[in-house]
This record gives sequence, structure tokens and C-alpha cells, in this order.
Amino acid sequence: MTDVSLEKLTKAYPGQTRPAVNDVSMHIDGGSLTALLGPSACGKSTILKMIAGLLPPTSGDIRFARQSVLQLPPNRRDAVMVFQNHLLFPYMTVGENIGFGLKMRHEPKKDIDRAVGRMLELVQLEDMGTRKPNQLSGGQQQRVALARALILRPKILLLDEPFSNLDANLRLEMQQLLNSLHQELGTTMLFVTHDKEEAVGLSSKIALILNGTLRQYASATVLYGQPKDEDVARFFGARNFVPGKCGPGYFDCALGRFTLPESVSSTGRLLTFRPENIVVGGDNILENSFHATLASKQFLGSQTVLGLQKGDIFFEALLSPQIAEPLQEGSTVSVHLPQRSLWILG
Amino acid sequence: MLMQTNRHTENSRDGLSGPVWFSLILLVSWLVLPLIPLAIWSVSRSWYFPDIIPSAFSLRAWNYVFSNTSDVLPALGVTTLIALCATLLSVIIGLPAGRALGLYQFRGKALVELLILAPTIVPGIAVALGLHVVFLSLGLAGSYLGVLIVHLIPTLPYMVLVMAGVFANYNPDTEAQARSLGASAIQTFFYVTLPAILPGLLIGSLFTFLVSWSQYILTLLIGGGRVVTLPLLLFNFASAGRNDITGAISMIYILPGVVLLLLGARHLTGRSRAVESLRQI
Repeated sequence: MTDVSLEKLTKAYPGQTRPAVNDVSMHIDGGSLTALLGPSACGKSTILKMIAGLLPPTSGDIRFARQSVLQLPPNRRDAVMVFQNHLLFPYMTVGENIGFGLKMRHEPKKDIDRAVGRMLELVQLEDMGTRKPNQLSGGQQQRVALARALILRPKILLLDEPFSNLDANLRLEMQQLLNSLHQELGTTMLFVTHDKEEAVGLSSKIALILNGTLRQYASATVLYGQPKDEDVARFFGARNFVPGKCGPGYFDCALGRFTLPESVSSTGRLLTFRPENIVVGGDNILENSFHATLASKQFLGSQTVLGLQKGDIFFEALLSPQIAEPLQEGSTVSVHLPQRSLWILG
Repeated sequence: MLMQTNRHTENSRDGLSGPVWFSLILLVSWLVLPLIPLAIWSVSRSWYFPDIIPSAFSLRAWNYVFSNTSDVLPALGVTTLIALCATLLSVIIGLPAGRALGLYQFRGKALVELLILAPTIVPGIAVALGLHVVFLSLGLAGSYLGVLIVHLIPTLPYMVLVMAGVFANYNPDTEAQARSLGASAIQTFFYVTLPAILPGLLIGSLFTFLVSWSQYILTLLIGGGRVVTLPLLLFNFASAGRNDITGAISMIYILPGVVLLLLGARHLTGRSRAVESLRQI
């Protein structure tokens, strides 16, 4: 299992004021499935291409198992990249596509055929070997692209938005396939996505890239519950931010004084709490509770969004429709922010 | 899905509709009819005004064309060699140039395109006269190399424009994908790039070959009579009033055009054996 290290990786294109990738350092554990997450054009694909050797970095280093690979051309890096648009070679059959990499290594035809057969089985396309790529569906094409990369048994598999062109059901199916392949092969996999659900569902660790810089690199739970700054929090769907002042173990703001859990640092000037963790309409006045006006209510099917107001502060809560049902717009409701839902941003 | 596509191709192969037949006949007669008098001339001894067909036939003209005393066969060789070299050079220059124009946006792109197109807009004779002076001072006038270089002026635009069109519809990421899958730069070119651009490359080469093949003024001016190609001979005999020999040379002269057109037509319709066989690799 090969681990990957990025050391102060930077890519600047001439004529652009800001580097596309700026000073990114991170360590990817061998055998892990890691996501590079970020909005489009944030530099995440550029990072992937640099790891694959398809783009030279402006500065910084890339190491596979502590060995710098910068001097190696892409075909000798042992890191295979799968592109977003499958990019199957249209004039080759599915089988020839999958066997392409082995053929480039001049392996005997017999061995290639056997390996291709195994791969077709692995991605559940047993009977498709002699078809041309344009006779397959989108999901099948993407599976061929995956098989074409995996047949080389790469130490590192790089996937650039592998499922973004597929419809929702197919995407789920492909994610499951990727997950099982990962468990079966133990390859270090790094995939790029703009879809945070996909990143959360698939990967053990997520690197959030915004504007070419690595903003936070952690597990999904940490990114949701303990974001490093407001941008990270907003990217993961946080909408409630209340300015105030920290004291030892508490936070003072326009909503009142809140006791913080011990794990939360008592520095920083912005309180955040996720809308789904708020308790609305409880009877008992607990610690960290206050009253607010229910300004709006919107039913979204599986959830109801409540707009709550206290003084100048407006915040949102997500409730199950059943609990939200009896609450009247314009009425005053009690609001409780459980201690463990509180997080302070710098 | 598969059956549908099969049925579709069968349809288009079997039943040619009325208008298609009509335009096909029109095209063939437009191309072939003017050649018939030339063919007849090449085997006639005397053919005067009111006669529909010649009053006497002979193979005199053909005998002359293939005799050792005529310049026709050496001229055929020179013409072919220059056209082949011009095509090869056009590929070597036009392929990267077309790629740059088709794939990338850069400052001054419009100017480069205009410069490449210029030889097809500016009258050839004006260019040739100016070039003649330059080539004289370079010692290239009257040489095969000089003629070859000057042929690139009208041929290169065709190659570059065709290749720019090909690359405009080309995804260079395919090459990156091949590289990542372990192909070396050379393997990538032969297994990925070449099969994708081959039809365009053949069409461009076909144009280039024919444009060089049919050059008259540029060859005459730069070659200075020392480089004798078929069109030069053809003009000599035509202006000397030797219709029989003109007819015979014309028959030879149109041969590569016809052959290339037939080959090219297959590529234009996308039913090419050449492309298909390369795909088998």
C-alpha cells in the first residue's frame, strides 16, 4: 500500500494572478479512499493531474511511499487516472480498451486476454468485450474506464469526477462498485468531486479545496461538526452564525450566554450550530435555551425549515415535519441549543 | 439499439433515392464528359471540324509519350516526387500548426490564420514574381528544392485548415488518458492520436498532393524551365497545337486525381478500409 505526500504543491499558470493550486500539503494514507472536494475550478482536478504526472507543478513535491516522483513521466508513475468523460478509445472494442495498458507494456496477448476477461467479470460486463464503446450505456462506459485503469493494478488510482455524468441511481450503483473494489484491491484511491454527499458517503477522509488552497483535511464528521472556519462551515451547509465573545467555558452573544462543551476552544468570535441539531418547542427551560419568534416555516417533504428570529439575529432550524406541524408562524417558541451542537469559529 | 443502427446502415446502402441518383449522374457527367474528347484525341490521327469522330486513328501520340525521346516519363517522375515531398512536408508542418490552431486560444491567432489563408487569396502570379527575386538571390531559382519550397505556399493552407478543423473536434485529454495508462509519447501518437486524425490527415494529404500536382505558374517561374513537370509539358504541347499528344498526356495527368478521388470518396463517406484496418492493430 502506497501512501502519497503532497509537499507545498503549487501550480501557477502564466498570465493568471492567483495560482490554480496554492501551497497544498497533505498526506494520504496507503490503501485509503480519499476525496478532494470543492466547487468547480477550485484546482482539485489540477492536483490530480499533477499527481498523475500529466501537469508539472510550479513548485513543491509529490512523493509516493516517500520517494519523489516528479522526475517520472506519467506512464511510469504507477498512478493511473480515470477522467470524468470516461475517454474510451472509440475505434477499439471494449476488450481492447481494457487491455490497452497491458498492450503498451508489451505483455503477451494470451495474458492480456485472460486479464481482460477477469476485469470484465469484476465490473460485471462479461458479454460486452467485443462491443464498441458507443454501444454501451453511460454507466457501462464508466465501468469500462474503471476496468481499464484497474487492470494495471496501479498502486494509486486517481478518479476525476468519475460519476458526475451519470444519473442518480447509476451513480449510487457505481459508488457501491467503487467501494467494493476498494475493499477488494486495497489500492490507494483518490477521487475528485464537487458533490459533498458523494465525498461523505465514499471516503474515509475529505480534503476541502477552495480557490486552490487546502482549507481542511479531515473526516466527514469533523468537517460537519468542527469546521475550521466560516467558509468550510458554509460549504458543508452551516447557515447559522452568531457573532459574540468567548469567555472561559462560555460564549456571550445577542442570543444569550451559552455554556460550551469542554472540547470546544474558548477563543474565537463566531458561534455556529447546525440547523438539524436545534431543539425547538421544548417545554422545560434547559441550559442554553432562549425564546425566539418563528418568522417562517417551509415544508420540504422529509424536513421542515424554520426561520427563527431573536432581535437582529436570524437563524434556521431543520425539524422533522411532525414536530414542526403544531408550531404557528409568528408565535414565540422556546429554542434549545444542545451543548455538543455548539462550535466556535476563529 | 444495436439492431436499429444496423437497419439504418442497410437502408442507406441499398436504396439510393431518385434525387441521389440524379445528382450522381450529373456529377459523373460533369467530371467525365470533358475528358472524352481528350481520350479520343489521344488515339486519333486526323480529326477536323464537321466530323463527330476522327477520320483516322493511330497510337502515334501514345508511342511518342512512352518513347525515350519524349520528356513525359521523366516529367511524370518529377511531378510525382515533388507532389509527394510537398505532401510530406505539409504534413510535418501542417499537423502541429493545425493542432495549435484547433486546440488552443492564443494572442495573434486571427493574424496567424489570415497569414496561412493569404496564399489562397492573393493571386499566385504576384506571389511567384516576388518570390522569384528572393529565390534568385538565395540560389534556389531553377532548382528542385526551390520548386518544392514554393509549392508549399499553395499546399500548406489546405493541410493546416483541414487539420485545424480535425483538432477543433478533438479532445486532447484522450492522450493524457493514454499516457496515464502507461503509453509512452510515441505509443500515444500511434495508438490514440493518429487513428483519431487519420481521416482528416488523408483528406488533407489528398488536397495537398493534387494542389502540388497541378501547379503551373509557380513551377514555371521558380523552376525557370529547368524543372519540367507534367503541367508544363501539357501547356507546351497544347500551345503548339498537338492535340493528340496533349490528349495522351492529359490521360496520364488526370490519373492520380481520379485514383485519389476514389480513395478519398471512401473516407468522405466514412466507409474506409484503411481506417478500419488501422483500427485492428
